[in-house]
Amino acid sequence: MANEVKLHGVTRSPFVCRAVIALNLKDVKYEFVDEDLSNKSSDLIKYNPVYKKVPVLLHNGNPISESLVIVEYIDEVWKGVPLLPQDAYEKAQARFWAKFMDDKCFPTVFKAVTSLGEEQAVAEVHEALQFLENELKVKGSKFFGGDNINLVDIAATFVAFWIGAVEEALGIELLPKDKFPKLTEWSDNYVNCQAVKDSLPPREDLIAIYKKRFGKA
Amino acid sequence: MADEVTLYADGRSPFVCRVKIALNMKGIKYKNMEEDLQNKSGALLNYNPVHKKVPVLVHNGNPILESLVIVEYLDNVWERVPILPQDPYEKAAARFWAKFIDDKCIPALYKVFSSKGEEEQVITEACEQLQILEDELELKGKKFFGGDNINLVDIAADFIAYWLQLLEEATEMKLVTRSKFPKITEWAEGFVNCQVVKEMLPPRAIMLAYYKNRFGKI
Repeated sequence: MANEVKLHGVTRSPFVCRAVIALNLKDVKYEFVDEDLSNKSSDLIKYNPVYKKVPVLLHNGNPISESLVIVEYIDEVWKGVPLLPQDAYEKAQARFWAKFMDDKCFPTVFKAVTSLGEEQAVAEVHEALQFLENELKVKGSKFFGGDNINLVDIAATFVAFWIGAVEEALGIELLPKDKFPKLTEWSDNYVNCQAVKDSLPPREDLIAIYKKRFGKA
Repeated sequence: MADEVTLYADGRSPFVCRVKIALNMKGIKYKNMEEDLQNKSGALLNYNPVHKKVPVLVHNGNPILESLVIVEYLDNVWERVPILPQDPYEKAAARFWAKFIDDKCIPALYKVFSSKGEEEQVITEACEQLQILEDELELKGKKFFGGDNINLVDIAADFIAYWLQLLEEATEMKLVTRSKFPKITEWAEGFVNCQVVKEMLPPRAIMLAYYKNRFGKI
């Protein structure tokens, strides 16, 4: 039976983008189902009744939700271009850092953005990002995944691309180059990977969305 | 070379217990290093500089952090008595539910007790999350989330099976009644009676005393 792959999402979401990047890296043919989050499709609600959120991956009719769960699923089903290390310990490290992105980095960035760059909120972003900066320094490689991107890099997509867009839209600084040289270098390299480049939404679109959302238009 | 496995732990913690259950299921010998969380050891801070928390598993000198990451690591390295399903879709489903328990259930439940049950909305929210688990058990129609045997999801939900009722007892606030959540009640009874689980749970008296002290009587 032919593989039928659909991805329910919105292009502006960094979480949806993780799934898009994984699919593109593995060269998986899929259909993107653009959702209107103010008017969710009955399919989305059916496939993700718990959260009613995107992304949702549909593989031969089976729904998978939660972006990092989706990325690991993609990695297990489509074998080319591994997204996780083979070694059990390195795999655990990768999962730890991917989780760190969601548990610490993203919430602090979200708080800083919604508070329009309030000092304490930005300080907390820097505290979280410093761990990433140190990790890159210790690893001494181009990506969190070494010479090639892996789950951690993919999880950090919002750091590489969304932070820049939000900084420009709101006129705030979250990731200063002088404080985070490694992370800045990593971001530039990451967004220039072909599979990532092919997956990112247009920067101007994001900037426009954030300007509108935070009343800076 | 013999495997050297050390667990930095707090015997009261449901997160630490997840790892202990997994170690026990797989018959893995390990050294338990009990931490005083008011006075963390240099070793713990060295192994987990990011979160400074337990559990930390150290395997042949390599530290692994985050209870569910540790459980998956144990499942990767020791293949006997699998904790995750083989099938990728079922594996993804198990990960989804384990994450749901951590991201939604446990925080919602903690909020009820830390807010002393004073806010209606907080209780409603917690019951909503429990209902989702109740429905999932109903749908599966099996003894455990893992089917006939416990899996990652059952282990992730250990707080709900054991610690929650002790919290309820200590604070005299009942959320999970048999009439409201029959499936969860039945599942919990089955789970805490599994040999591999029973052996790892902290004594009731210790948890009751801890919770009474921390949350007091409402």
